[in-house]
Amino acid sequence: MTRKQKRLSVIVAGLAFLGAATGLTFYALGQKASYFYMPGDLATATVQPGQRIRLGGLVEKGTIERGQGATVAFSVTDKQKSVKVTYTGILPDLFREEQGVITEGSFGPDGVFVADSVLAKHDERYMPKEVADGLKAKGVWQESKSE
Amino acid sequence: MVETGHFALVLAFALSLVQMLVPLYGARAGSQKMMAVGGPVAVTGFALTALSFAALATAYASSDFSVASVWENSHSLQPLIYKITGTWGNHEGSMLLWVLILTFFGALVAVFGSNLPATLKANVLAVQGAIGAAFFLFILATSNPFTRLNPAPIEGRDLNPVLQDLGLAIHPPLLYLGYVGFSICFSFSVAALIEGRIDASWARWVRPWTLVAWMFLTGGIAMGSYWAYYELGWGGFWFWDPVENASFMPWLAGTALLHSAIVMEKRSALKIWTLLLAILTFSLSLLGTFLVRSGVLTSVHAFATDPTRGVFILCILTLFIGGSLALFALRASRLTAGGLFHPISREGALVLNNLFLTTATATVLVGTLYPLALEAVTGGKISVGAPFFDLTFGPLMLPLLAIVPFGPLLAWKRGDVFAAAQRLMAAFAAALAAMLVTGLFVDGASVFAALGVGLAVWLVCGALTDLAVKSGFGSVTPAIMLRRFAGLPRSVFGTALAHLGLGLTLLGIVGTLSFGTEKILSMHAGETVELSGHTLRFEGLYPAQGPNYSEDRGRFVVIGADGNAKGEISSAKRFFPVRQTTTTESGIRTVWFSQLYLSLGDEGNDGSVVVRLWWKPLVTLIWGGAVVMMAGAAMSLMDRRLRVGAPARRKELVPSASLS
Repeated sequence: MTRKQKRLSVIVAGLAFLGAATGLTFYALGQKASYFYMPGDLATATVQPGQRIRLGGLVEKGTIERGQGATVAFSVTDKQKSVKVTYTGILPDLFREEQGVITEGSFGPDGVFVADSVLAKHDERYMPKEVADGLKAKGVWQESKSE
Repeated sequence: MVETGHFALVLAFALSLVQMLVPLYGARAGSQKMMAVGGPVAVTGFALTALSFAALATAYASSDFSVASVWENSHSLQPLIYKITGTWGNHEGSMLLWVLILTFFGALVAVFGSNLPATLKANVLAVQGAIGAAFFLFILATSNPFTRLNPAPIEGRDLNPVLQDLGLAIHPPLLYLGYVGFSICFSFSVAALIEGRIDASWARWVRPWTLVAWMFLTGGIAMGSYWAYYELGWGGFWFWDPVENASFMPWLAGTALLHSAIVMEKRSALKIWTLLLAILTFSLSLLGTFLVRSGVLTSVHAFATDPTRGVFILCILTLFIGGSLALFALRASRLTAGGLFHPISREGALVLNNLFLTTATATVLVGTLYPLALEAVTGGKISVGAPFFDLTFGPLMLPLLAIVPFGPLLAWKRGDVFAAAQRLMAAFAAALAAMLVTGLFVDGASVFAALGVGLAVWLVCGALTDLAVKSGFGSVTPAIMLRRFAGLPRSVFGTALAHLGLGLTLLGIVGTLSFGTEKILSMHAGETVELSGHTLRFEGLYPAQGPNYSEDRGRFVVIGADGNAKGEISSAKRFFPVRQTTTTESGIRTVWFSQLYLSLGDEGNDGSVVVRLWWKPLVTLIWGGAVVMMAGAAMSLMDRRLRVGAPARRKELVPSASLS
């Protein structure tokens, strides 16, 4: 091989490598990113059972049921619709009725959302940003000006 | 005292403007006097910032609630250590720490830079002054830590309970020393672009700064990871949270910079690339600051959200990143390219390292920014988490780790892969054996686990092989070998240690992810639970009172094979009345390198408690490996070459790589 060919092959290999990495990245973004929904959005969105999503809203008052062992069921609501969620594990310290939460998981065939993680925040002033934005957009919640 | 601090901060801002303008003009006009202004001004600026910081720390330590920031983030009942660390446990104070470290590094250049060419030093200090000026202005305009309250409240609102931990004393300062340390490399690069010249002394100067920044950043990230691990009670050590990524991206780019700077220093090749990498690394640090401080992300680190701050930092970001890249585009073609090398050589291996690391940085960048971009464009909200990074970052790291042991064994300019492979036979055999043993004899080992363990052993043995080969193992008598070993350059030990640490971290990650076990159950007092050969008996919940919290402490006794108690683990639910917040204190028992990790959940109506228990094999190696990597960096810094290598000051500098 001449020097020119050598250099060319190095450049082609480099570009192929970057191309593969880019392709993989966009494939992964399409496959592995999970979308955020609020209960009211689910009527219009098509979410397959088994598809990973994030479901956010407020923990509906009076719906927290503790089941066998560490399994907990509760409803997440955006004051328009509510969705039943089950979760096995330790709930975050700030998990309370009427507080904003984000749950991540997928719908089972029975329409119950099975969460494998539940997020609430470490501060009582907090409302998860996605939940706050969603509720504001629906006009059911205003930012409280406590300070 | 508070007003003194405020005044010192304003003065420091004014001085940073002087530091930015006067030496820069002096370097262009050729005025020695004006260039000499930079040094003393940088040192004075640091002293004033330190005074300002001390004033704020004093206000925190003495619980002066007439200062708004103290009122919002402190409480008179807090232990003194948390009162002090609370100084930077909030937005305003942490920005002050940021500029304190920035001016500290500027002062270091001023003090230790006496052997730098005068114009280079002047330009470096000017760029450093410009960064300082932007952030001083940011603090004074949008996040003044000295704002007073009138009338002064009687009691404060307490520090966020999650932050009331020793981790806050260590993690942010280390992380900032790393983040901001890269500003020096950035300033050197921009200064080189302004001058249109990079010479050998440039590389010799940039490499130690990169090492220092990298060392601290490694420590800061590892400490943050360990803190999150034990404090948040979720038992995870890395969450691919955008804020974690924000610190990880400069680390990846910085690691690439560390390696390309070696090529530049030794072989004066890859000059332009190294310069670009130095700019990118600090740009990623700035991006990290923006992501964390602007409140575009929700996380433990986003203390308060104020849109004006976000816009302000975005402006700083655009100015510095855009400005430096534009300067690069204009000037880079005027810099001379360096030496040539064969693809299979030490240089080639380091280029490959850079290719993988920068691509990995780019995937992390995409994963972090894509959700923000998507939300801005379409309004759709997505989250990109571990599954994305496992699929993109993972495949990039595997081949990179596999070639690491080859690098140090290849010669400069033209290397021999077969000779290197021959020398690595023993390491390869050890890795293969570890892989087979893991795959065949360890219960529940997946292919990934066997591969991971093999790779980790490969890295560790590869690092040891490097030392053995360089001390002449097998070709000379043991006595000579020992003497050679002791006489090896410190940087060889540094490389070996850093690569060994990487192997240990990998072993910890694979061990925890592949062989970790976990149980969630609800327990009554007196019940026992068994996990991976460890038996625990729940003794019950015991209430206790802390200085500014009350807690229910769940006590567990570890029972040995003989039925006797071997020790105790306790985990607590703490309630902080001021903030009406509950936190979980996890209970950890370390067994060799592994840990038994326990955290308490909710109490049931029948007196039972939900308990989550993990067995995390080799987990401490994750952070232990990082400490070994830091030791490697420290070792490299002690290399003779870096201590005495810089050339003596000369009035007329020979333009070794100048352009005209």
